[in-house]
Amino acid sequence: MSETPAVEVVDLTVRYGQTTAVDGVSFAAASGQVTALLGPNGAGKTSILEHLEGYRPRSGGQARVLGLDPTKDHAALVRSVGLMLQEGGIPLGIRPKELLTQYSGFFEDAADPDELLERVGLSHRSRTTARRLSGGEQQRLSLALALVGRPRVVFLDEPTSGIDQEGRELVREVVAQLTGDGVAVVLTTHDLDEGQRMADRVVIVDHGKVVADGTTAELLSSGEGDEILFAAPAGLDTASLSSALGGRVGVVSPGEYRAEVTPTPTNVAALTAWLAERDLPLGDLRAGRQRLDDVFRRLTANTAAPEQPTGRRRGRRSR
Amino acid sequence: MRALLSQYRTELTMSSRQGEQLLVSLGIPLLILVFFSTVDVLPTGTEEPVDFLAPGVLALAVMSASMVSLGIGTGFERSYGVLKRLGASPLGRPRWTAAKILTILTIEVVQWLVLIGVALLLGWSPAGGWATAVLGGLLGTAAFGGLGLLMAGTLPGLTTLAAANGLYLVLLLTGGMVVPLDELPGPVAAVAKLLPAAPLTEVITGSLIEGRSVAGWAWVSLTVWAVAAPVAAASLFRWE
Repeated sequence: MSETPAVEVVDLTVRYGQTTAVDGVSFAAASGQVTALLGPNGAGKTSILEHLEGYRPRSGGQARVLGLDPTKDHAALVRSVGLMLQEGGIPLGIRPKELLTQYSGFFEDAADPDELLERVGLSHRSRTTARRLSGGEQQRLSLALALVGRPRVVFLDEPTSGIDQEGRELVREVVAQLTGDGVAVVLTTHDLDEGQRMADRVVIVDHGKVVADGTTAELLSSGEGDEILFAAPAGLDTASLSSALGGRVGVVSPGEYRAEVTPTPTNVAALTAWLAERDLPLGDLRAGRQRLDDVFRRLTANTAAPEQPTGRRRGRRSR
Repeated sequence: MRALLSQYRTELTMSSRQGEQLLVSLGIPLLILVFFSTVDVLPTGTEEPVDFLAPGVLALAVMSASMVSLGIGTGFERSYGVLKRLGASPLGRPRWTAAKILTILTIEVVQWLVLIGVALLLGWSPAGGWATAVLGGLLGTAAFGGLGLLMAGTLPGLTTLAAANGLYLVLLLTGGMVVPLDELPGPVAAVAKLLPAAPLTEVITGSLIEGRSVAGWAWVSLTVWAVAAPVAAASLFRWE
């Protein structure tokens, strides 16, 4: 990409007292693309986003949004940036239409509140107070609020969390429209499927550091493409199995293994035969193409502290 | 200007929708005014109880609008991330503050008009010191508004709710609004003069009761509060 990226982060560090939440993160997000910051809870995704939104000062490094400094140029940036907080931000006594009308008064060329409600599927709820909206409806209202000022950059913190399937599709649709209009969308998610579905570019963050960065296709073709993933009791004799299969067998997590062999029927048969000889159960067999889930787990497995939830857990935030 | 008006309109809408706040802002002062004006049990020190009670409830109305309503409302807005979200909009803090002040003043004007109207119906004959009474009301708004925002900006929403209501009750009883300061035990009255309620009441009653004047200590105490409380709020207020 020859043009300047909408968001550029170089060696960003954010500390809270003694805790380093973001530790030398670098990435760029282009206009017209969805960039997903993907990682387990507590990885530092929200801290990165909140620095770019102007809420948190940085302790080191550089960050530019539309060429401006998120902290120093906050007053100028808020005109061109839309955002969705991870939670809250909406007064419970307000009605959706009132909220969007209120914010539309803050911008020179605001989007029409009715149109926005239509876009996020809340037209029929325009006169219901926020208190009476479901969690998913509140999320969609929050998304509409991000779009009031016709932003050029949109930051969405866990936009699909707590949303039902229909709502998720709606969010994806809205995001697709935005990128179609040339808007840069930066979102965080701990939901790998969601990241894979929505993002053009994925930045995997763990313990405040970037562990991988690339297009979804790049990440999926990275590493050892050929593999068989399976679940079996923990403490398997991997050395013996490795020699039986003719390829290395590694432990992904206790009870989960990856055999680095071509997923041919012969190899799968060899695996099941080896297990059968030892009277061991087999679960969750998957052969062939890896998913983002696998890439993510491989990348974060080495550094994951015991108390950190893994990426697979679909943690629902409390509200 | 458009942004300020948009925020002001929202603030007014939200305030008018909070029934419990309307009760504190208007219901309680009205109840005290009507009840104790017709049931003469308070040692008001004036010939007609309404002559003492009317200026007293005008002071009470200022305290409830600027401390209780503002403090509780803003405290919950902070807890729910409403202030955080506004911080990422082009509204900006100066216009946010201006909208809050305009809203409180609007509520106070409505309160005063209703209370003055009812008091006149009850036979109130005020002295003519309206200019000093209004000045006292404005200083009181600054003092109590500062206290309300100080609580809202430093305490969790529910704690602000409890603290503002508790303080309201204590100051209602010791602020000379319903019971004259002279009737309180000496030490209590002495402490009360250092708190913001008693000086506010003194300025308004001193201006509006025939044959009275405002004691000097009241202006000093009220002015100190009117400066110190907003300064403390501005420096300690946390937006998240």
